[in-house]
Amino acid sequence: MSLMGKRILIAKPGLDGHDVGAKVIALALRDAGAEVIYTGLRKAPDFIANVAVEEDVDAVGLSILSGSHLELVAETVRQLQALDGGAIPLFVGGTIPADDQAALKDAGVKGVFTADMKIEEVVAAIDAVLA
Amino acid sequence: MSDNAYKDDGQAEVAAAPAMPSSTTPSGIEIPQVATADMARNDPGSPGEYPFTRGIFPNGYRGRLWTIRQYSGFGSAEETNQRYRFLLQRGQTGLSVALDLPTQCGYDPIDAMARSEVGKVGVSIATLADMETLFDGIDLAGISTSFTINGTAPMIYAMYLAAADKKGVPRESLTGTIQNDILKEYVARGTWIFPVRPSLRLIADSILFSNDATPRFNPISIAGAHVRDAGSTAVEEMGFTLANGLAYVDEMLRRGGDVNRFAKRLSFFFYVHMDFFEEICKFRAGRRVWARLLHDRYGVTDPKALMFRFGVVCGGSSLTAAQPYNNIVRVGIENMAAVFGGAQSIFTCAYDEAYQIPTEFSAETALRTQQVVAYESGISKTVDPLGGSYYVEYLTDQMDLEISKVIAEIEDYGGAEKAIEDGYLQSRIARRALERKLQTDAGERVVVGQNHFRREDESASDFGEVFKLDAEAAGQTIERFNKVRATRDGAAAAASLRRLSDAALREDANLIPYMIDCAHAYVSIGEMVDALKAHWGEFQEPVGL
Repeated sequence: MSLMGKRILIAKPGLDGHDVGAKVIALALRDAGAEVIYTGLRKAPDFIANVAVEEDVDAVGLSILSGSHLELVAETVRQLQALDGGAIPLFVGGTIPADDQAALKDAGVKGVFTADMKIEEVVAAIDAVLA
Repeated sequence: MSDNAYKDDGQAEVAAAPAMPSSTTPSGIEIPQVATADMARNDPGSPGEYPFTRGIFPNGYRGRLWTIRQYSGFGSAEETNQRYRFLLQRGQTGLSVALDLPTQCGYDPIDAMARSEVGKVGVSIATLADMETLFDGIDLAGISTSFTINGTAPMIYAMYLAAADKKGVPRESLTGTIQNDILKEYVARGTWIFPVRPSLRLIADSILFSNDATPRFNPISIAGAHVRDAGSTAVEEMGFTLANGLAYVDEMLRRGGDVNRFAKRLSFFFYVHMDFFEEICKFRAGRRVWARLLHDRYGVTDPKALMFRFGVVCGGSSLTAAQPYNNIVRVGIENMAAVFGGAQSIFTCAYDEAYQIPTEFSAETALRTQQVVAYESGISKTVDPLGGSYYVEYLTDQMDLEISKVIAEIEDYGGAEKAIEDGYLQSRIARRALERKLQTDAGERVVVGQNHFRREDESASDFGEVFKLDAEAAGQTIERFNKVRATRDGAAAAASLRRLSDAALREDANLIPYMIDCAHAYVSIGEMVDALKAHWGEFQEPVGL
């Protein structure tokens, strides 16, 4: 498994300040060979979509623990589509109830990750989509 | 490959008992097979006496039990007010206000940045009208109230005082705490607004003002809890926090504060996780290190100013979404560690806190946990009952050494302020969080029900009652906000906001009285923050990876 040569954007939409998960995944993806761009906190969906398209990334990972995942993901998908970035695979990590995981996938999200998953599972799932 | 954590992932799970845990604490301190007298060399002294290893009061909890203070707040001010009344009727002794993210980050509920976040992780307080609703029917002089608020702490404090003014409650009778610890926001919690310098000015403003106007109120609670939950060890939690504490002391001295006076009202806040003895000794050692630093470095002589007073939260990332009822046991053990450590106030997380806002049932169970520890276990009847234990004194001494090392490392780097601006502490914690996660994944760090002793048949229906946030809450909040804006005296609001803005340009002005005037004029939190942002700009976050 290698993410060598892949560019991945890890982003924190909304006001949520819990960035441990985002940083842990960013470091793990980097350790797996990917080039990781981290946005930092409190970025609006249009900003995130812009960076994703400008930087020509292979995937976008959104980290959301505030409970606002449905709204923020829908808005990010909309913004990506508006910039012709709708094909960029989108992943979501955070405190996501089981019912909402299905809803996110229906919205086009390629993988939903929660805190009790193993890092290697998360990296493998991203790898499988990007391979 | 499954992306649902509660299902079998196809790997063979360890069903047998895990290997015996390592012989070091989670912070890496060696654990002797048997502790002996020669390992516990230091006399811990007496409780109530410098350096307070055994506690700050000679009579421990006999004089006064810790404050049972459950963190709570969600949706609209009306809903949260109802939950407060529910908790107070059931024997809670202090309030702890959870605020939503727009309030914490300084956005009004109608701001585009606030969309979808109003009332989500706490209650929305945008103007004095919300504060009045929140405390409707609650006697502000009879209860201590803690606000977990940082970037906008001065504004929330101003609104609380304005609410007391309107109720006719004398300011000097108010008790409670604003967290108001911006340094750890940059490191771990993320609700910073302004750059470090003006933020430190606001903190010094609030401490100086509060020492005079609300002498029984804690204008700051220097918090390690979030750094800890972000992945640091217990030693780092205490070390980083005390280093931040020193940065605040230095700032107050620059502003001409009298350390023998303001240090009396500095308070602290930590997590209690699962390693029982390490947690107990973290508090015993922290109390001693802080007293020693103030005494040796700043020449503090007033014993009250040397006292390390702290609150704790039990639970957090030590809780699991898997088999959530196990969390009740975890929180019970952590609650006991907090008592043996000598905490002044305790918040016990509800068992469902790992995945939702607690229900009334889970919130009541968490409250009952504290009452069982307080009134049935008997552990609070004598002061520091573990004092003199070879192991506890040994571990306290080791924690003291390691905590002091962490503080020295930060000072060698150039102090907490620089370490934070450069992102040094942030990267250190991120690396530590990855290490901890990989240890958990590998099963080296046992988490019952999650990486060992899992139930493969667990389903969401085992989680019990599900909390549903009132979908109307955000609408109610926005409606009140618009109404306040339409009915307030616009000229008075604009004038008080202009005075705040002008005062911000004068380095020697204390901004708190201007904010209280703004609060009385129903100026909103977003308006105050925007006025200050216009002068100071915003913090530029280092990448911190």
